Amino acid sequence: MSIEIINVTKTFGNFTALNDISLEIPDGKLVALLGPSGSGKTTLLRIIAGLDVFDANPKSDIRFKGRSVIGHRIAERQVGFVFQHYALFRHMSVFENIAFGLRVRRGRNKFTRQQIKDRVMELLHLIQLDTLERRYPDQLSGGQRQRVALARALAIEPQFLLLDEPFGALDAKVRLNLRRWLRQLHDQIKLTSVFVTHDQEEALELADEIVVLNQGRIEQEGTPDEVFHSPKSAFVMDFLGSVNLFHGRIEGASVIFDSDIAGKKQIFVRPHEIDLLPVNPNGAGLSTTVRRVQLAGSIVKIELLDKSKREIFVELSHEKYNVYRFSTGDTVFAVPQKSVVFEEDYSI
Amino acid sequence: MRLPGFRLTLGFTVTYLSLIVLIPLSLLIWYTMNLSFADFIKTVSSSQVIASYKLTFTATLLAALTNALFGFMLAWSLVRYRFPLRRLIDAIVDIPFAMPTAVSGIALTTLCADSGWIGFYAAKYLGWQLAYTPTGVYIALTFIGLPFVVRTLQPALEDLDKEVEEAAESLGATRFQTFRRILFPAVLPALLTGFTLAFARALGEYGSVVFIAGNIPNYTEITSLLIYTKLEEFEYPKATAIALVMLAASFLAMFFINVIQWYSSRKTG
Repeated sequence: MSIEIINVTKTFGNFTALNDISLEIPDGKLVALLGPSGSGKTTLLRIIAGLDVFDANPKSDIRFKGRSVIGHRIAERQVGFVFQHYALFRHMSVFENIAFGLRVRRGRNKFTRQQIKDRVMELLHLIQLDTLERRYPDQLSGGQRQRVALARALAIEPQFLLLDEPFGALDAKVRLNLRRWLRQLHDQIKLTSVFVTHDQEEALELADEIVVLNQGRIEQEGTPDEVFHSPKSAFVMDFLGSVNLFHGRIEGASVIFDSDIAGKKQIFVRPHEIDLLPVNPNGAGLSTTVRRVQLAGSIVKIELLDKSKREIFVELSHEKYNVYRFSTGDTVFAVPQKSVVFEEDYSI
Repeated sequence: MRLPGFRLTLGFTVTYLSLIVLIPLSLLIWYTMNLSFADFIKTVSSSQVIASYKLTFTATLLAALTNALFGFMLAWSLVRYRFPLRRLIDAIVDIPFAMPTAVSGIALTTLCADSGWIGFYAAKYLGWQLAYTPTGVYIALTFIGLPFVVRTLQPALEDLDKEVEEAAESLGATRFQTFRRILFPAVLPALLTGFTLAFARALGEYGSVVFIAGNIPNYTEITSLLIYTKLEEFEYPKATAIALVMLAASFLAMFFINVIQWYSSRKTG
């Protein structure tokens, strides 16, 4: 295990940002810390980096490759940190930004001019900005700045790479491209990396492992496949994609819906795991009215209203939709194909 | 596309600038024209006038440099640290702005005279005479210039991004390296502006200096006072001649500072 976090708690006054977190980051993996704002994900990242300190407790520890780094400042920890707003040095060119970590070295580890130049050029090539070394940060686009920030962090040959909301400040299209590029880069350099995000899609697409955080606690950790398909809590189910909440009871293999909530179980169904039929198959469907059909896009999105005016969202493939072609006002029966039931009470 | 209101704003700007700056300045030249060229040279190169130029520029430059250094430290402390009476100290910085210059002049003279709280000990232990010497001129000019540096630096220091400092630290920079290579270059343009303002203000200062300087010709007489003396003697052309040289010199100095400033801020655009 390359990074171990052991029983770490962090409080700001009365607010508990991290509540007894224990976590292991496996070697060579790209790990996402996923959670809503206030879940403690950025605090955890900053604590790993050494930018923040956790509450003193003899049980708590942070270990890099088996050795405790308590009391080590960020420079001693040799981590590359990419800040949310890049934090580039505005008065320095791209070249100087990337070279900074090498230029400040003193003594035995000092780099010669030629070594610095070679290393910077190599990194510029890696981030595909070969010709832009003379530019200043203000003359770059958001995506380019982000890549310069990454190259600057990589220049010091860090043990780990930590990224705080790496795509947070970019627009959708650039974000998508940069995400794929970062994934490829990771496969190329195999540097153990942790990134923070509030975007579930980003985490699912990019990460080898996802750690879902909520209110300072870890809700679940696992591969994207595990957290998406086998959520351990209602929170994870809800946070990792849109979800419909039904009430009803389960009889054998089928779900019996009931609009009367009292004493019923909460049943979670993802929009793409609902079938729509014009007739009620053996009483298992829920009678609904179509409110809106959105045909544009790779899938058809349908909004339904049940008898008590609760919204239900359904996603169908165009092929499936074309069988019945429901339109606004039609009465249809919604049949969940796959549902998840949690014991706890949860409200969306 | 041209933004609306261009003609109106340009018209207003030119009219205003003419009334406030250009017409008085042209009068300065107009009056000086009453002198023959020989008289002009004679006036501005008399030993008394030359001595006043030397004193004024030297004291002004030293005062502005002092303010740049200590004003920077003061602004740095006020912005970056939280300590008791911080707000009070912050307010005190404005006093040289707010106080009538004659009042500050008299206060400084009283303090720095041989019998004053500061002047007494400076004379007794260091053997320095403060009031009625060029040192006194320097003290007065430093006093009035301080707020310019502090007030221009404060917003620049507040704008410094904490993440940028953390980034430098994460790349292995020491505190001093972070300051010298990251923080200082970022606030240098503001520091130069503050320096320029303090310099410009001190160059034309009159009220606070005349009391503490003692106005001994060829020794502690500043140019502003010399101009005033000529005016009292109804020697208007001579007064404007001295002023004109002063103006040209200040213009050159400002131009030079602006070039440095342009150079240092060019990169951050």
